[in-house]
Amino acid sequence: MARITVKGVSEIRGPLIVIEGVSGIQMGEYLEVNLENQPSRKGRVLAIEEERVIVLLYQGTYEIEKNEIETEFFGRTMQLFVSEDMIGRIFDSLGQPLDGLPSIYSEDYRDVNGLPINPTSRIYPRSYIETGISTIDIMNTLVRGQKLPIFTGAGLPNNKLIGQIVRQARIAEQDGSEKFAIVFGAMGLTMDDYIYFQRLFKETGTLNKVIMFSNLASDSAAERLLTPRVALTTAEYLAFDKGYQVLVILSDITNYCQALREISVALETVPSRKGFPGYMYSDLASIYERAGIVENSKGGSKGSITMLANLTMPNDDITHPIADLTGYITEGQIILDRSMHNKGIYPPIDVLGSLSRLMKDGIGEGFTRKDHPSLSDQLYASYAEGLDKRRLAEVIGRKELNRRDQILLSFADKFEETFVNQGDEHRTIEESLALGWSLLSQLPETELTKISGELIKTYMTKSEEEIA
Amino acid sequence: MTGGTVDNARIVSIKGSTVQVKGLSSYRMGEITFVGEEKLIGEIIEIEHDLATIQVYEPLEGLRINDPVFLTGKSLSAELGPGLISNIFDGIQRPLEMIKKITNSAFIERGIQTNALDRKKKWLFTPNKELQKGNIIHGGDVLGSVIETNTIECKIIAPPSTYGELLEIQDKGEFTVTEPIVTIKNQDNKKSELTLMHEWPVRVARPFLKKIPVHEPLITGQRIIDMFFPIAKGGTAAIPGGFGTGKTVVQHQLSKWSNADVVIYIGCGERGNEMTDVLREFPKLVDPHTKNPLMDRTMLIANVSNMPVAAREASIYMGITMAEFYRDQGLNVLLTADSTSRWAEALREISGQLEEMPVEEGYPAYLGARLANFYERAGQVVTLGSPYREGSINITAAVSPPGGDFSEPVTANTKRFVKTFWGLDSTLANRKHFPSINWFTSYSGYIDVIEEWALESGLEDWGRYRQEMFTILQQDSELQHIVELIGSKALPAYEQLIILAADIIKDGFLQQSAFHPVDSFCPIDKQMKMMKLMLLFYQRAHLLIKNGCPISLINSLKSVQILKRMKEDIPNDNLMLLNKLEDHIHSEMEELGSKYGYKV
Ligand SMILES: Nc1ncnc2c1ncn2[C@@H]1O[C@H](COP(=O)(O)OP(=O)(O)O)[C@@H](O)[C@H]1O
Ligand SMILES: [Mg+2]
Repeated sequence: MARITVKGVSEIRGPLIVIEGVSGIQMGEYLEVNLENQPSRKGRVLAIEEERVIVLLYQGTYEIEKNEIETEFFGRTMQLFVSEDMIGRIFDSLGQPLDGLPSIYSEDYRDVNGLPINPTSRIYPRSYIETGISTIDIMNTLVRGQKLPIFTGAGLPNNKLIGQIVRQARIAEQDGSEKFAIVFGAMGLTMDDYIYFQRLFKETGTLNKVIMFSNLASDSAAERLLTPRVALTTAEYLAFDKGYQVLVILSDITNYCQALREISVALETVPSRKGFPGYMYSDLASIYERAGIVENSKGGSKGSITMLANLTMPNDDITHPIADLTGYITEGQIILDRSMHNKGIYPPIDVLGSLSRLMKDGIGEGFTRKDHPSLSDQLYASYAEGLDKRRLAEVIGRKELNRRDQILLSFADKFEETFVNQGDEHRTIEESLALGWSLLSQLPETELTKISGELIKTYMTKSEEEIA
Repeated sequence: MTGGTVDNARIVSIKGSTVQVKGLSSYRMGEITFVGEEKLIGEIIEIEHDLATIQVYEPLEGLRINDPVFLTGKSLSAELGPGLISNIFDGIQRPLEMIKKITNSAFIERGIQTNALDRKKKWLFTPNKELQKGNIIHGGDVLGSVIETNTIECKIIAPPSTYGELLEIQDKGEFTVTEPIVTIKNQDNKKSELTLMHEWPVRVARPFLKKIPVHEPLITGQRIIDMFFPIAKGGTAAIPGGFGTGKTVVQHQLSKWSNADVVIYIGCGERGNEMTDVLREFPKLVDPHTKNPLMDRTMLIANVSNMPVAAREASIYMGITMAEFYRDQGLNVLLTADSTSRWAEALREISGQLEEMPVEEGYPAYLGARLANFYERAGQVVTLGSPYREGSINITAAVSPPGGDFSEPVTANTKRFVKTFWGLDSTLANRKHFPSINWFTSYSGYIDVIEEWALESGLEDWGRYRQEMFTILQQDSELQHIVELIGSKALPAYEQLIILAADIIKDGFLQQSAFHPVDSFCPIDKQMKMMKLMLLFYQRAHLLIKNGCPISLINSLKSVQILKRMKEDIPNDNLMLLNKLEDHIHSEMEELGSKYGYKV
């Protein structure tokens, strides 16, 4: 496709430029603006009206001279070269190396916007991932191919939790029969957080399995819109073309959404809640929905994309549009709780608010263990009741509770102290299940209404033996 | 949808999911056009002088100004005929399996044109014996039938506008959907041929003879719905709730277990994996009413969240038109849409691109009218044509209010048009009380109708049980306010008993696990018997307390646990076991009674 070069622009507004008197331009076309003594800036066509083209520049419009600049349209959408050689490397959001090593050239290149997965080609995710964390493994089981955000608040240890998952979780078979890679999309990260992750990958010996796409807080906001897309384009290539089990880590979705708002304001779109654009749901879906497993032509599954995403809730507000829309798209959420954190509990997971939607088909007989579904139902129910009693005790005093209420309250306390507050320990699923049973053994059997008598007989006694 | 003729028209602007064109040879609102060399599918949604705006059902990347536009002369239409059931379509009725075959890829590529119904497949057509040459054929007349699946016999009906003299009808034999089976002579002496399929414009409701009152319940096997907030066949219900409150699971449960003849499930702007889940599970599940695989009565529309928004807007109309087609055969159709909020957002997005004046939260002024229009297409009707047939459409639709706030425009507008409201409650969901349908904020507008039906169907006690359980729950909720201040110890025994009884009802009756092999579906007989036992326990315990029995003894009766567990412990095919439980409860109560010198 022939390239078209134009001199001068008619409008410059925020990250947008408008070029007039040009024809033959495509919707979504990739372009570069050539500047003197500066690297060229990349952009994308957002709208066209006759001979008037509206363009988003990923590195902004600062210092652009209206009459002199030269824009070169490439006659195609933005493409990313993809290759297994990217593993172990660091790039910016346009796929250019940041590690001083040469650029990637490959026979394979992809449009970074991707295409929707055909629902008939998806394979429903069912293999659980043991993270070694009881509140996740037993109560909110993570499944290979799942997209699960961590709803966190400023200052909460979400990165530590992700670190623990990276350290402990077995996402690919360890026997070498499966290839594993991590794709990390840093979106508006502070230098501190960025260094934390680099160190994490180094310490866990995964650095040679990681591909980093880095957009720091100081980098362009417009470019941030590309970060998750290049990350996922790369992940799709590795998972669906090359058979890798890929873990995608995105951090932080909130920074991404703020960039989205900034651009939408410049585009003068009608805002929806809190000034975020009405299309934010669809936009976020076009990111999150790229996780999953698809069948290959023979019908078997190849690789998978499992996604963990940090999402800092502004003011710890879960109804904020960023958290809200995300919760409507992702397959559950892990919520970190400030009051638990203040009590010194790690990981401070809000067990009741958290959810894994894919858990139901990834646990139980033939997956984790037969008793797992009922056990977790019972732990949920009794813990929820225990918390009610705690609230009551705060009003009338603990001593005023009746015997049953006191038992439930002390169950909730123990549950938080031991089951939730596990620290850096790595617990196998078996260990976590046993801990669950031993907690339940403190309750009278009449309280165990979520578990069949048969399961109680098999597992309750067994776990007492295990303890002995 | 295939074909289209080139026009002299050209694209003059491209923005979001719409393009504007000039120079069309004809401007008709709603006409389907193909846009660009790739022939992306679009629909004309606004005309101003010689400028037409087209909403395009596929991503616009790569389009250019001056690219060609093709007119089709058709409105967005559904293909209606055998072969719809068991299939999965996108929002504009392209079969996703076919797309997969054409692209040989896991992704939905652009510019794929394919028919909804397989043109090669032959169906065994059995003509309607009653028809004879010379008969006048009207719209809606049954011409014959085809076995579509083990569950569904698809009646071949004359399209609604048909009128003419029967010249020829084929004998029993195999036909594709486009081969003529009937030839008629119109009033102006022209011959026309009818086939197994016909098309219908999706934005126009299919005609019927008349609407009639609803008169029987849709049995869903979900206790809180069937017993507390039932929906009639032909009725409408909304399921609003924040994320994770259980909207999708309720819709899956309704699709699986309700006694509709045909189910249409629309995944409108929701998760891809949830559609895959249905595709994976339904063929394996047995319909409790017919014993055939559930897929034999189910069709799916999947326009998931990352598929184009314009097609999401269309998906709702596509689904309801397919529902009307089966209704017109005299069947009861359940249409579930997950979620209508995503449809409304698509409407908002397109309206924004048209630069229309938004009213509330960016939604266009016609949001309410569009919703009304959609829900109006539900109902119980007498169909056109002979023989006489009654059919119905249920609409149950999820609503996803931002931040779980029910006062937002989509929830508020929906409330105006639906008669049943299953309000999901995030407090309940957080404690894993599922389904999280709140028993105080929810309501059903069909209680009177179903009460009447219950009387005729040997369920005389339904209304009374329901009322008694409600009373207990109501009293419990008032008591809870007191408990929150002073604890339950201070309450008199009979009030503590109310709390216990409510706890049994909440735990043992209202909660129902969708994932439990037994409890996922609860037959009506079992529901009734469970209510009976719980109320019996309450009354007997009340007597005991009156006679001085301490509440602590009642609290620790084995019966309490039995009542909470019978939903899972008693298999649905052996309800006789419930009688044993009843005996057990009796004897436990009698034993206690005798201690307190009282005969229960
Ligand atoms: N009836 C039910 N039984 C058991 N679990 C349920 C039930 N309804 C909902 N859940 C749980 O809640 C989760 C969220 O439900 P879902 O229907 O996906 O919510 P929504 O569509 O409102 O976001 C499910 O993944 C499941 O774990
Ligand atoms: Mg849902």
